[in-house]
Amino acid sequence: MSKELWKGNEAIAEAAVRAGCKYFFGYPITPQNEISEYMASRLPEVGGCFLQAESEVASINMVYGASGAGARVMTSSSSPGISLMQEGISYIAAAELPCVVVNIVRGGPGLGGIQPAQSDYFQACKGGGHGDYKLVVLAPNSVQEAVDLVQEAFDIADLYRTPVLVLGDGMIGQMMEPVEFYPIPKRELPEKNWAADGTRGKRPPNIINSLYLKAEECEIENLRRYEKYAAIQKSEVKCETYNLENAEVVCVAYGMTSRVVSNAIDTLEKAGINAGLIRPVSLWPFPSGIIAEVAALPGVKAFLTVEMSMGQMVEDVRLAVSGKKPVHFYGRTGGMVPEVSAVVNEVKRITGEEI
Amino acid sequence: MLHKVIMAGFGGQGIMTAGKILAEAALREGRNVSWLPSYGPEMRGGTANCHVIISDDLIGNPIISEASAVMVLNQPSFDKFGNNVVSGGKLIVNSSLIAEKSPKDDIGTVYVPANDIAAEFGNKKVINMIMLGAYLKATGVVEISTIMKIVSEILGQKNPELLKLNQDAILKGAELADEALGGEAGR
Repeated sequence: MSKELWKGNEAIAEAAVRAGCKYFFGYPITPQNEISEYMASRLPEVGGCFLQAESEVASINMVYGASGAGARVMTSSSSPGISLMQEGISYIAAAELPCVVVNIVRGGPGLGGIQPAQSDYFQACKGGGHGDYKLVVLAPNSVQEAVDLVQEAFDIADLYRTPVLVLGDGMIGQMMEPVEFYPIPKRELPEKNWAADGTRGKRPPNIINSLYLKAEECEIENLRRYEKYAAIQKSEVKCETYNLENAEVVCVAYGMTSRVVSNAIDTLEKAGINAGLIRPVSLWPFPSGIIAEVAALPGVKAFLTVEMSMGQMVEDVRLAVSGKKPVHFYGRTGGMVPEVSAVVNEVKRITGEEI
Repeated sequence: MLHKVIMAGFGGQGIMTAGKILAEAALREGRNVSWLPSYGPEMRGGTANCHVIISDDLIGNPIISEASAVMVLNQPSFDKFGNNVVSGGKLIVNSSLIAEKSPKDDIGTVYVPANDIAAEFGNKKVINMIMLGAYLKATGVVEISTIMKIVSEILGQKNPELLKLNQDAILKGAELADEALGGEAGR
């Protein structure tokens, strides 16, 4: 199939359908409304069900129910809506139910604005809801990658029985880029013999629950789940690098910001300054190992993390660099996008060049 | 090739559509392309814009600050983006609604009285196509024939009369740009 122009949000929805998603529950919020809109017309064509819930709280609990019955299910929202879903996400993580949640991030906190942001990194990667749990968090930087990652997200969710969060921003949701839908490599997935989908009188009932009143039992469950998280950390790290050879300053950026940074790196190269990029594609598991390796290189003088936030991922970069090199930060917030020239100047400041 | 164009105007003037048609044409001609719309409360009457980048290489930042071309359909857009054209770039101005002239003398500027021409065509909806035609001729970034094919795919079956009107509008815009820029058009 040749490439077609797709709007990010619509491409994400189509990718989900192609990955076998049959159910979508959501509540409107800008800048992700085209996902719901697309699902409303598309899902009935494949024998699925779209339902606009009365709130985000309701939609995430509908996801809990559909996933508990063994269905491939997705919801999407934007920052304030995702905040409302946190209780449900914690329950889903505890009940070990597979599902995909899409967050097309907008500026916050509070109602904030509708312009693109990356200020939900902490919420996505450090809990968000209550209790000891993790989400797999995938952050595409193009519409094509969004399509690929959404499809893979369903397989990762089923394989590990975990919710997977796809973290985009307003720009990736709203922009159009060429997309090719091709069959992604399918993983070998376990049977959903845990699903509460009716015993038909042939087996004992499956019970999906996250309540453990005995602390000993709750601890055992958490320890077991963290063994699973360790396996995810071992196998599911995704990361891209650019221009690292000879790089004096290594930038770390994810999602759309990485594209601003890659332009800055090209501009710097023309000025004879060597900068490179590490782009985490999976934000959890975080590519700490790769960052640590690069931090140990003698030619690398410093790191610069660039985000559309006041500095969230930079904390994970600092942990990974572990004091080996200085870690600087540059960010814009509230829906503003860093400019290429500003990133260029930050790198120059670090290398001591004139600006 | 790396071409960056900002198209801007009132919501309802057809800016987003013009940008989409351009992006589709560039894709069909084998380029990489990104189309980024403003997505605030820019409905009819407000100002809207889209940033289109056309490149032979991978496209980085989809936001344009230094534009190869700017096409503006109303005064607020002229004020906001008129200075974003780089030296040697092209500025296409809807002179029906923008009285001002660009102070830049290192760019090619085309003034198109798009509203007045559209009135002559008897359909004010073709303002965007008149402007697109002028932009295409001024920049030569994609073939006008590719654009014509896409427009005919959109309108051909549904409304042959409207198709003819839109194609005539594109050609009229191109003709005006050709006159304005003389031998400079398409460079």
